[in-house]
Amino acid sequence: MLSQNIVTAIYIAASVLFILSLGGLSNQEKAKRAVWFGIIGMALAVVGTIFGPGVGLSSWLVGMLVIGAIIGAIVASRVEMTGMPQLVAALHSFVGLAAVFIGIGSELDPPMLTDKVEIIIHEVEIYLGVFIGAITFTGSIIAYGKLSGVIDGKALVLPGRHALNIIMLLACLVLGYLYLNHAGSWTLLVMTAIAFVIGAHLVMAIGGADMPVVVSMLNSYSGWAAAATGFLLGNDLLIVTGALVGSSGAILSYIMCKAMNRNFLSVILGGWGGASGPQMEVEGEMVPTDVDSLATDLDMASSIIIVPGYGMAVAQAQSAVSELTRRLRDKGKLVRFAIHPVAGRLPGHMNVLLAEAKVPYDIVLEMDEINEDFADTDIVIILGANDIVNPAAKEDPNSPIAGMPVLEVWNAGQVIISKRGQGRGYSGIENPLFYKDNSRMLYGDAKASLDQLLTKLS
Amino acid sequence: MLIGAPKEIMGGEARVALTPDSAKALQKLGYECIIETGAGQAARFDDDAYQQAGVAIASSADELFQKADIILKVRSPLDEEVARLTKDKTLICWASPAQNAPLLDKVAATGANLLAMDMVPRISRAQKMDVLSSMANIAGYRAVIEAGNQFGRFFTGQITAAGKVPPAKVLVIGAGVAGLAAIGTAQSLGAIVRAFDVRPEVAEQIESMGAEFLMLEFDEDGSGEGGYAKPASPEFIEKEMALFRDQAPEIDIVITTALIPGRPAPKLWPAEMVGLMKPGSVVVDLAAEQGGNCDLTVKDEVIETEHGVKIVGYTDFPSRMATQSSNLYATNLRHMMDDLTPEKDGEMVINMEDDVIRGVTAVHQGEITFPPPPPKIQAIGKPAAEPTPEPTAEEKRAAEMAAMRKAGQQQTAMLVIGGALMMAIGAYAPASFMQHFIVFALACFVGFQVIWNVNHALHTPLMAVTNAISGIIILGSLLQIESSNSIVSLLAGISVLIATINIVGGFMVTRRMLAMFQKS
Repeated sequence: MLSQNIVTAIYIAASVLFILSLGGLSNQEKAKRAVWFGIIGMALAVVGTIFGPGVGLSSWLVGMLVIGAIIGAIVASRVEMTGMPQLVAALHSFVGLAAVFIGIGSELDPPMLTDKVEIIIHEVEIYLGVFIGAITFTGSIIAYGKLSGVIDGKALVLPGRHALNIIMLLACLVLGYLYLNHAGSWTLLVMTAIAFVIGAHLVMAIGGADMPVVVSMLNSYSGWAAAATGFLLGNDLLIVTGALVGSSGAILSYIMCKAMNRNFLSVILGGWGGASGPQMEVEGEMVPTDVDSLATDLDMASSIIIVPGYGMAVAQAQSAVSELTRRLRDKGKLVRFAIHPVAGRLPGHMNVLLAEAKVPYDIVLEMDEINEDFADTDIVIILGANDIVNPAAKEDPNSPIAGMPVLEVWNAGQVIISKRGQGRGYSGIENPLFYKDNSRMLYGDAKASLDQLLTKLS
Repeated sequence: MLIGAPKEIMGGEARVALTPDSAKALQKLGYECIIETGAGQAARFDDDAYQQAGVAIASSADELFQKADIILKVRSPLDEEVARLTKDKTLICWASPAQNAPLLDKVAATGANLLAMDMVPRISRAQKMDVLSSMANIAGYRAVIEAGNQFGRFFTGQITAAGKVPPAKVLVIGAGVAGLAAIGTAQSLGAIVRAFDVRPEVAEQIESMGAEFLMLEFDEDGSGEGGYAKPASPEFIEKEMALFRDQAPEIDIVITTALIPGRPAPKLWPAEMVGLMKPGSVVVDLAAEQGGNCDLTVKDEVIETEHGVKIVGYTDFPSRMATQSSNLYATNLRHMMDDLTPEKDGEMVINMEDDVIRGVTAVHQGEITFPPPPPKIQAIGKPAAEPTPEPTAEEKRAAEMAAMRKAGQQQTAMLVIGGALMMAIGAYAPASFMQHFIVFALACFVGFQVIWNVNHALHTPLMAVTNAISGIIILGSLLQIESSNSIVSLLAGISVLIATINIVGGFMVTRRMLAMFQKS
């Protein structure tokens, strides 16, 4: 049995390791070591707590740990890289649920507190922890459903949804007042139910293109839930770690919103910001092309940029893309990738998919690094991306995405757009890029098209 | 449908409208091909090569015109060729419909279709069929080669044991496709190249080819519609002549390429200029077909003036490089057929709604459809507005200072508000809470500092790691699991289970992801 002081020392070590782990993600080479810091920190924290005061190694505890570890290992080794967003969302929901259980547990089995203010603060902590945990739980479940396609990805906009949210929030506040005045445990349970509804409703109202923000926001919530739990149990390690995770998720959400030129609140509350006036008419026509002429064009081109989007993930086309890149590079052509910050359904989603397919990461560039190079590029291939290459963001002040930074692919010599059909993007806006003179549409599944293209390339 | 190409009967024409390569491509579109025997001879494509490409050979022009549904030609048809046309035939060739109204009447009388390749609108989508550009490119190159042939010196300057040779000075007038090609060729031969054009926006293109753009200090833009030049005002011409007068005594070779659509060529290099040039200089007039940019040009001939300046007035530069130009021309035609065959099934559809097809169609089913309406899409985007002036260094510094001051003020304000908030909490909360609160605030701060440095590409691994780390909530359930209350113990057990899934799953997935990142 370890003394409280030893446990505290272990917690300090674990906190430092967690900070090193997050800081190590600043570059790819260090990142692999960084994960080990995280794992060691976690192991120290868990072992230290189990052998610390007040906890013992019961068979119930060991059983749960072993079963959880086995399930986690199976899930993590089975999941496809394209299924990553769903997995992350699902895992967030666990943290939320755990926070709810711990909060309720602490209500049922309260610690010995004598000071009146301390009791009130403890109750506020329980209430907040359960509230955040509940929102995280259902929000993450809905996000999981949307990302895996079980629930329709479109934004569900109920009439008067803002009023609905406000009413539910007020109800929670009233219940909180009652709870603090010892009206009984039922207030906590009713609030939990309402918070479940709020979480579900919030995420239901957010459309597919905003999913990266939602996922990182839920990530942030799960951190705050952990921090609130830390306060309620008086555990500093929980507080530190929760705050780290919470601020990390908040910054990621902020980066995503900035990349879309959107207000964080308007993303979280769903729906596009207030655009006024008619949108520009789109003139011209979509010109189709085929893999034969694309193969000839690629043969003649010297510099090529590939812009992947969510469509590439859906079609599982990343390995075909990688093979194409390898062949073109072997011919001495300059091939690069341009990644928009909100491409895909998770921050950095495209990078992970390309890395999975063994595309070297030093030719995968961010929007700001590559946007100026499009003018000197012969061919741009767009794989299942739409809004992130929409020139309306720059040209049409009335477009709902006006002002959002986009990849300026239209400056290139030729733009090939691989797309399933003539439909619109996730935001449901017309894309004038498809009608530009130098655009060619390559209809069909991205993977099928690329596989065919590979047979044509010598 | 059957596509056929006859032998060109215009004197001196060596090109052919169908090459073995283009025939293969046309067959992929579902067409069959036929060629008149010996049609490709002058361009070095013999009948055997065509046969190997699966092209049938017609023994005479009559047979070819009779069999083929679509006839591809280079030059506009002569009367005897028009006479062979019948209803349902389509002739695709160079037709100059604006200058050739009688031809349109004659073709219309036969009921056939006439598609004029030189009418392809100047839009990006149609560049692949723009025969004006592909032939002008050849003409520009060949103009320099012909000039070199007539010119008695090196292009490049050399210092040799046998003496010093000055570099040739070349002036290119008109920086269209031909002009730019001429600039590039002369430049690569080592000459000093200067170029002039009435459209100021081509200055950049001229400089990109390595030539010096001769600026004219005059406030008039010579750009007309469709990227071509428009006629200039008398004052402008006077300025221009003064500029040329300055240049003429220095220049060894002048290549004029100035054309205005549908008008005789402007006289930019009058006899006066020729008189100012040194003996042995050469003028190549690429506008000879439209009357020439030089007064003294004689069409299709090379003349030498009394004081020894040679003036080249050939009009058949592309035909002088028949293999090359046939290849390019046939490829342009193939692209045209590509657009004319939407289903790729060997059936030609003249879609009058399509800007490009509408533009080239001069006669449709016996009716004259020339001139076409202006295309819906603007040819070449005009610069929309004056770019905003670059801020000067001082303005920039001032703006930066202002931004910094503003950020500083905001930061101070936030610190003050935050501090006041802390004080307020501190005044009421017990000591134990404040201790935890310090830890919380510092951890948030560290989190913000650390996360900003995370590489964008690693955002997904970051999320997976933070997700795994947020499994730290397991500590909470561990502390509750020994509770005497069985419900609490049960809830804590479930929490342990799901938090463990989270931790193990999160870390394993992160490791899988990071293992994939590799450098080339």
